[in-house]
Amino acid sequence: MMSQLGTYLLLFGLAVSGYGLLAAAVGAKTGRSALVESARRCAFGLFATVAAATATMLVALLTNDFAIRYVADNSAVETPAFFKALALWGADDGSLLLWNLILAGYIAAVALRFRRDRPPTFPYALSVLFAVQVFYLILINGPARPFASLANPPADGRGPEPLLQNHPLMAVHPPFLYLGFIGFTVPFAFGVAALLAGQGSDQWVSVIRRWTLVVWCFLTVGLLLGALWSYSVLGWGGYWAWDPVENVALLPWLSATAFLHSVMLQERRGMARLWNIALVIGAFALMTLGTFLTRANVVSSVHAFAQTPVGPAYLAFLALVLLGGFGLVAWRLPELRTPASLTSAISREGAFVANNVLLLAATAIILLGTTFPLVVEAISGQQVTVGGPYFRSSVTPVFLLILLLAGTAPLLPWRATNASRALRRLRVPAAAAALVMIATAWAGVHQVAAVAGFGLATLVFVTSGQEILTGLSIARHGTRGGVVRALARGRRRHAGLVVHMGLALVAAGIIASSSLAQQDQVTLKTGQSTVFAGQVLRYQGLRADRQPQRIVLTTTVAVTNPGAGAAGTLDPRMNLYPASAAPIGSPSIHRGIVWDLYASVISLQDNGGSATFRFYHNPGVNWLWFGGLVMALGGAAAAWPGRRRRHSGDDQGPGAMRQRTAVAAGAR
Amino acid sequence: MSGRFTRRRARLLAGVGAVVTVIVVLLMTGLGRDPSVIASPLVGRAAPDFTLPQLDGPPVTLAKLHGQIVVINFWASWCAECQAEQAALDQTWRRFQDSGVVVIGVNFEDGAGAARGYVRADDVAYPVVEDAGSKTALAYGLRGVPETFVVNRSGRIVSHAIGPVGAAALSSEINSMLLASPR
Repeated sequence: MMSQLGTYLLLFGLAVSGYGLLAAAVGAKTGRSALVESARRCAFGLFATVAAATATMLVALLTNDFAIRYVADNSAVETPAFFKALALWGADDGSLLLWNLILAGYIAAVALRFRRDRPPTFPYALSVLFAVQVFYLILINGPARPFASLANPPADGRGPEPLLQNHPLMAVHPPFLYLGFIGFTVPFAFGVAALLAGQGSDQWVSVIRRWTLVVWCFLTVGLLLGALWSYSVLGWGGYWAWDPVENVALLPWLSATAFLHSVMLQERRGMARLWNIALVIGAFALMTLGTFLTRANVVSSVHAFAQTPVGPAYLAFLALVLLGGFGLVAWRLPELRTPASLTSAISREGAFVANNVLLLAATAIILLGTTFPLVVEAISGQQVTVGGPYFRSSVTPVFLLILLLAGTAPLLPWRATNASRALRRLRVPAAAAALVMIATAWAGVHQVAAVAGFGLATLVFVTSGQEILTGLSIARHGTRGGVVRALARGRRRHAGLVVHMGLALVAAGIIASSSLAQQDQVTLKTGQSTVFAGQVLRYQGLRADRQPQRIVLTTTVAVTNPGAGAAGTLDPRMNLYPASAAPIGSPSIHRGIVWDLYASVISLQDNGGSATFRFYHNPGVNWLWFGGLVMALGGAAAAWPGRRRRHSGDDQGPGAMRQRTAVAAGAR
Repeated sequence: MSGRFTRRRARLLAGVGAVVTVIVVLLMTGLGRDPSVIASPLVGRAAPDFTLPQLDGPPVTLAKLHGQIVVINFWASWCAECQAEQAALDQTWRRFQDSGVVVIGVNFEDGAGAARGYVRADDVAYPVVEDAGSKTALAYGLRGVPETFVVNRSGRIVSHAIGPVGAAALSSEINSMLLASPR
């Protein structure tokens, strides 16, 4: 019953989005606003339909409806209700439901946002949005069918993938990542719409900028949560493994970051128009490529369980996006060429160009490393893998240069040919950076990249902080009102600087954890202890708990600090699930401001009489999480709708003037 | 869409088309791979021996099947994908049992009652053994069910598939083994 309901709802959704596509496209072409309006209203019906289909699956999961194959494959009677609900996005077909729901949500949000004042490109954008939704709904009605039923329903299901029912983070990581991924559809749609409509003006750009910022925040949080999950669940002591699936999630983030910087060139100086559209289309194409590589099981064969027939459909869609998007860019090339050129390399404009070059270089390096095995296999038939060392050694210098830029560029004035003022304002940050570099080298850090990295992170942090403070004090002199008022004055600039401060923290965390971490593997008998990273670790024994869906083996390790006495216990676990022969470990982590103590149990011998542990001493990991949060909050502050939202092109005007005066005053 | 079709535009569009074609062709080769057949470290090695009790019948010892081609399929009654590949395994068994091919179902992490019910409901004709304690599953490095190993006449593992197997792929693999080393 549920199976039929879900199937019909999805079919109906496809029909609705098909109508929306037609109505919006015809309305855009003929200029009949009634058609566009009906397409706009369609968006809400579509959202309701897809939401109902998703709710149907949720009910089926919660009520153990094993007649639906997806439920039998991804849930079991004994699975806790919370993880039953999470099974909704635990596997391919179900996650496509969530994907469609989020896309329909974005379309509804666009329809709501532009209910009254609309840019002229709106009808085109709406038809592109519906077209993308049509593709994903075809996918879920044809090759991937989450509501497919089983002839002989089993009495019990397989249960979710053990790794996915081991930690509540799975509840938030995929939705945020999807909000980030799918969100790129909106900037893409408005970019393509601008090309289709042949808009000469720059009106589209502020619409796209704000949506991209929102999407960027979601993707930042999604990536962070993924790293946090990897760190807290997988037990290998790290958070980023340069796995293809991680890499392809980073690619659209990098190109969106590039866009958020180069878009300022267009807003301020009317430069880089075509470049910006190409970046927006590129981000969406990279997102589609990533989905294709992951879901068609092209790059990671071990992740594959059931071979899904969605691969060719994704590839066709990717071809369409690339041909349509970049074909349109090529078509408009003669009109969108911008005459403005750089007056000086040492200027804000020059810095933005350098920023784009570096971010795209990082994108290219990661894309190359991720797809290289595919290319080699296609040509020579050999299977190769590209591992962490390639990525670390090639990306590190690029990221260090990006830090250098982030630490200096906010000081540079627009258009300027004279950088002496900027140099003067660089004195404090540069001194702080030099101090930190000397201190870290003196403290025994000998890797050049790590010392330079700490210095550059300091440079970014101090420069950004100094600029915010200067901006604040000037704004407070000029007007009455509190700090909040003053902050809100130059909101965009301040928010950007806050993101940079977050970036500095993230960078420091990554450098600390990747260059200063220690690890050790030891086998301890009950009662035996070892000394690791200045802590005494004593294995106290094993406890077995039988839970309905699994058996949990918990070890207890007492931690004593020789100076300060008992410092608590670590309890790394091993979980045995019926659906998996290999046990799934759960690490135990003492999180601290400066460093984490992290323990995983690798194996147990003699019924727990002895156990093999891997201990990690990871500095800076929490700076990474905190810094990432700061970045996302800064992005959100920049995206927050301002008072002057009506004249979207206008939020450059007086505010920007004021800012420029502030900057000039600050340079005194 | 506005603007005229000029030679410059045609050249640009052709360039975009060419680049996209190269990308798509490259990615297409990746699609041709069957991700369920993996490069398992066990392939080429001697199949770990086992003696396991049948659900209804005498125990089965792998070593005693030396000289025959053995298809070892790990399954469970709670696994929907196992049900999906059931027909393919049955078909293989019926087609090849007279040419010296044995199919063995190894029941994994299951209740004996549930397993029997499944075997009866789906008319499983080939021998099914119980792997109490999952010792055999561990010896084969099982990641989950279903997984299928094909063992040749000299007792070596020749392939390892993760996920449901197809009748056609399995038959062609067995056919080529039969042709390569006829009895």
